[in-house]
Amino acid sequence: MKLIGIGNEFRQDDAVGLYVVRQLRAKKLKDWKLVESSGEVTQLMDLWKKEKKVIVVDALVSGAAVGTILRFEAHRESLPAQSFRGSSHSLGLHEAIELSRAMQQLPDELIVYGIEAKTFENGKGLSPEVRLAAEKLIGELT
Amino acid sequence: MKKKKNKKKVRTIQVDYLARVEGEATLYIQLEDEKIREVKLKIFEPPRFFEAFLRGRNFAEAPDITARICGICPVAYQMSSVHAMENAFGVQVEGALRDLRRLIYCGEWIESHSLHIYMLHAPDFLGYPDAVRMAKDHPEIVKRGLGLKKVGNEIISLLGGREIHPINVKVGGFYRTPTRKELQVLLPSLEKAREAALETLHWAAQFDFPDFEQDYEFVALSHTEEYPFNEGRIISNRGLDISVEEFEDYFQEQQVEYSNALHCLLRGKPYFVGPMARFNLNFEKFSPVVQQAANSIGLLPGLKNPFKSILVRSLEVLHACEEALRIVQNYQEASSATIKISASAGKGYACTEAPRGLLYHRYHINSQELIEEAKIVPPTSQNQKIIEDDLFKLLEHSLHLEEEKLQEYCEHAVRNYDPCISCATHFLKLQVERK
Repeated sequence: MKLIGIGNEFRQDDAVGLYVVRQLRAKKLKDWKLVESSGEVTQLMDLWKKEKKVIVVDALVSGAAVGTILRFEAHRESLPAQSFRGSSHSLGLHEAIELSRAMQQLPDELIVYGIEAKTFENGKGLSPEVRLAAEKLIGELT
Repeated sequence: MKKKKNKKKVRTIQVDYLARVEGEATLYIQLEDEKIREVKLKIFEPPRFFEAFLRGRNFAEAPDITARICGICPVAYQMSSVHAMENAFGVQVEGALRDLRRLIYCGEWIESHSLHIYMLHAPDFLGYPDAVRMAKDHPEIVKRGLGLKKVGNEIISLLGGREIHPINVKVGGFYRTPTRKELQVLLPSLEKAREAALETLHWAAQFDFPDFEQDYEFVALSHTEEYPFNEGRIISNRGLDISVEEFEDYFQEQQVEYSNALHCLLRGKPYFVGPMARFNLNFEKFSPVVQQAANSIGLLPGLKNPFKSILVRSLEVLHACEEALRIVQNYQEASSATIKISASAGKGYACTEAPRGLLYHRYHINSQELIEEAKIVPPTSQNQKIIEDDLFKLLEHSLHLEEEKLQEYCEHAVRNYDPCISCATHFLKLQVERK
């Protein structure tokens, strides 16, 4: 199984995907491919195109309570595009999934976990609520 | 899109959000008795204030601060800022460091142009609402486009540290330069990219292009030996030939009440920057291979149809792949990653060719090495007036179209310029008002 954590470590809660990858790496789990990603569209498509099962973890802005974990079966349905939109002028996770779906390059199973973020301000480190949610997700995944 | 009618037979067409452009804008068109009265490109993306918050910062911070103006063309901002600073301090970066700057710019042209050709502009020609739906019918074509974009990203990552907002460019050179071995890794992907670029050109040449031409004043950099990236005089097809330092004597920015982006005019008139301007003014600087590729599809200088800009972008991707290959193959490691800089009070000017066109930077540095004043004129603010002019002319012959088709046609025409609204906000909804 491959897990891709998306984020920018210098924008606080945006780094939650990277945090999950690093914590799982420290557990030295067998049979897990753990990858950090900036979320760039071609990079994501390459990372999952030859895989059977992939999990993606990314920060989310949906209006839910901070730390809420939402699970999407992206191989079955589209993500709510706006919630995963990192920028008004670049292609991201949503576009990568839809382009892969259109070109039949999606893994058999692509699960996306979105963790509701509190802040994307400059700086390192996660908000306590987001860190707690990340730990909860790590517990569930392992 | 909203439609309003009143006794005066006023018709308003408004596109509330223009899709497939970088940033946010609306298009407002007012018609009276089916005659066009007004065309306004309203950029409502909030002002960015970069020029203001550069004040008081150390000169060395300019490349990393200005890179944040755009996620698509950060290298352009880095290049214009470092060249302006070097101009202020009277130094010039030569040799391998100069070549590496051209190489990272090649990466940005490949990445930015491929994104626009395949993801933003081609769906207009092939009748798809977006690239995802185009990918369902043409997966191999979209794969080729994404593959090209990826090669652009690889160059930027290798030289810049990461593909978006690279962090390795500095005044005087780079923080770290690659070894010859590290750079050679790019060769196989660049060779494939060159083939893909040629295929792109021949693929795009088969599109149907609307029959539309205007007599534009094209403005671009011109270098004595090279197709321009970082240096040259500013020239036009109407006799302009000035140094970069003279930019503000000829080009004036104007505020318009309906837009957060300034309009830049040349001696009071609109002008055209970007790939078509570079192509028309610098064709002979392309390598024989690139010139031959252009000839093979009948693409010749004197091009006046902006819908064919997709062909010029494709040709520039081929040029960038060729140039990148040349640089990588001939690369000799520099003895130092940077040249010595002695900062001093002064004024610095630079223009470089961003993927979308001429990008002007001016800085005043004080004796404490701090930026006292900054002026940045991005390509989209320079092309804004010409986009409005194009729409005005285009609509004269298109008002018989149904509103939905009219909107699509207008959006297609705007995308000819690959406008970057985020950069210019200082961008689209379509609103047509009929009187």
